[in-house]
Amino acid sequence: MPQDEHNGRAGVEGVNAAPSAPGVGRSAGDAIFRFLTTGAGVGLLLLIAAMAAVLWQQSALSRAKFGWGFLAHAVWNPVTENFGALGAMYGTAATTAIALLVAVPISLGIGLFLAELAPQWLRVPAGTAIELLAAVPSIVYGMWGLFVLAPIMGDVVQPWIQERFGDFFLFSGPPIGIGILSAGLVLALMILPFISSVIRDVFLMTPSALKESAYGMGATTWEVARDIMIPYGRKGIIGAITLGLGRALGETMAVTFVIGNAHELNFSLFALGNSIASTLANEFTEADGDVYLSALIELGLVLFLMTFVILSVAQIWLRRMGKREGR
Amino acid sequence: MAGEPQEKPPIKIAVRNLCFFYGKKQVLFDNTLDIHANRITALIGPSGCGKSTHIRSYNRIFEIYKGHRAEGKILMDGVNVLDPAAIPSMELRRRVGMIFQKPTPFPMTVFNNVAYGLRLEQRYSRSELHDRVEKALRAAALWDEVKDGLHRPGSDLSGGQQQRLCIARAIAVEPEVLLMDEPCSALDPLAAARIEELMSELKKRFTIVIVTHNLQQASRVSDYTAFFYLGKLVEFGPTTKLFTAPENPQTEAYITGRFG
Repeated sequence: MPQDEHNGRAGVEGVNAAPSAPGVGRSAGDAIFRFLTTGAGVGLLLLIAAMAAVLWQQSALSRAKFGWGFLAHAVWNPVTENFGALGAMYGTAATTAIALLVAVPISLGIGLFLAELAPQWLRVPAGTAIELLAAVPSIVYGMWGLFVLAPIMGDVVQPWIQERFGDFFLFSGPPIGIGILSAGLVLALMILPFISSVIRDVFLMTPSALKESAYGMGATTWEVARDIMIPYGRKGIIGAITLGLGRALGETMAVTFVIGNAHELNFSLFALGNSIASTLANEFTEADGDVYLSALIELGLVLFLMTFVILSVAQIWLRRMGKREGR
Repeated sequence: MAGEPQEKPPIKIAVRNLCFFYGKKQVLFDNTLDIHANRITALIGPSGCGKSTHIRSYNRIFEIYKGHRAEGKILMDGVNVLDPAAIPSMELRRRVGMIFQKPTPFPMTVFNNVAYGLRLEQRYSRSELHDRVEKALRAAALWDEVKDGLHRPGSDLSGGQQQRLCIARAIAVEPEVLLMDEPCSALDPLAAARIEELMSELKKRFTIVIVTHNLQQASRVSDYTAFFYLGKLVEFGPTTKLFTAPENPQTEAYITGRFG
């Protein structure tokens, strides 16, 4: 719902107008401004197109050799030069899914706490702390994952789960700490600050009259959050999740540290695996054959397309929802 | 309808020495007045005189903000509603509904908006829910306009319809008291007139307290009027008397437009 009471544009006009030639210099400035912004926008599109073109061209060898089968099998054998992307694609998708499943509910809780429940003196420091977490380099998260999280997972969490649900295919295999699950958890921690600080801002935008009328109906804080604040900010929340999603899909270093770097397709959460980004980070410098290099570049192309498709779907979904709500 | 009541109806809410504080700043001073059952009481006065703060004490909505504090007593049927131990806020707010200045449709369908309070009570079957929603929408004079679009978003309605939707939502839970905080100030004159019409219909079932800037509105719809100035209740009495023969010179100055 737009609020245009504070549309404080008045007063800006005329400030730059030279008294001698009113308007002349200003309209020229406008033309330059338009040229610069258009250039920036078009330049960005050209850059994306150029990236896609290079990835496409450089992966020609691999595409010719493996065809669509590249996407459908999980063998990755540099010795026989037989490559398939499925394992890495699964690793990327699985770690991202785990990250979102863990991070989104926690972020909603953090956002709600900071916007609605936290005492005033805590809001600013806690909010700043969350934003600082976003500035920690990803390799630090990776080191934390390997040296702190992985031993805890391997010694405590995974044996505990296996004792109870060991027969379930998701929890089979040796509990060694690193692997798909740990990588997903590290990713969750990484995207948490992004999602929760945006969600907090979305919650803060809920009009207080709306919240008051819900409280006025006798709703509890939890009911106001569930029925009013989350639906009201739905678009912003999905935007925040998309932001985290994009980051999780492409995250390289932190995942490389803890995912185990094994080229296999194993659906157990405890299994070692590989994401597209971690494969590229590990193997790009040691790719000696032409087909090997080309296959890695095709892997990059796959990640590019995966990200593009997932983010587009999120956008379309968002727009559909906007239409349905009539705003 | 604005005629002086012949016999005094029973007192629904007795406000005694109500004082209100935003932090250290006191904004209401010793307000004492009686709200009569099934009557419309209007609170008038210049901006910032505390009339909104006054009715926001009736359902303790102020308690969602830190540092807001009320002292004194507000006795609804003898129970002090300022005392959380005497009446929990959820129960109080079910019995005392509130309409705000701007329409506040919840981000959900028309039907779910009206059913909202009923669902919070968690004791109605599907068909009961539907009956009560229809009844509330009819009582808010909105049924004919929305009956074919019950599952459209509430925000699709016009401003006046949204405000009647909020009224339907408030009366669906059959409260005893309806608080209206300048319910017409964001509406065009036609929509405002419909709300006024509705109010005189609703007072048969509810006790209504309305805050308004619009003196004509107060004199048209209300049975009793209270004039507030700088947080004090200056004068309170039957509307016709207050508007034709005010006792206090400040009241007279205000209603004749000499200040405020």
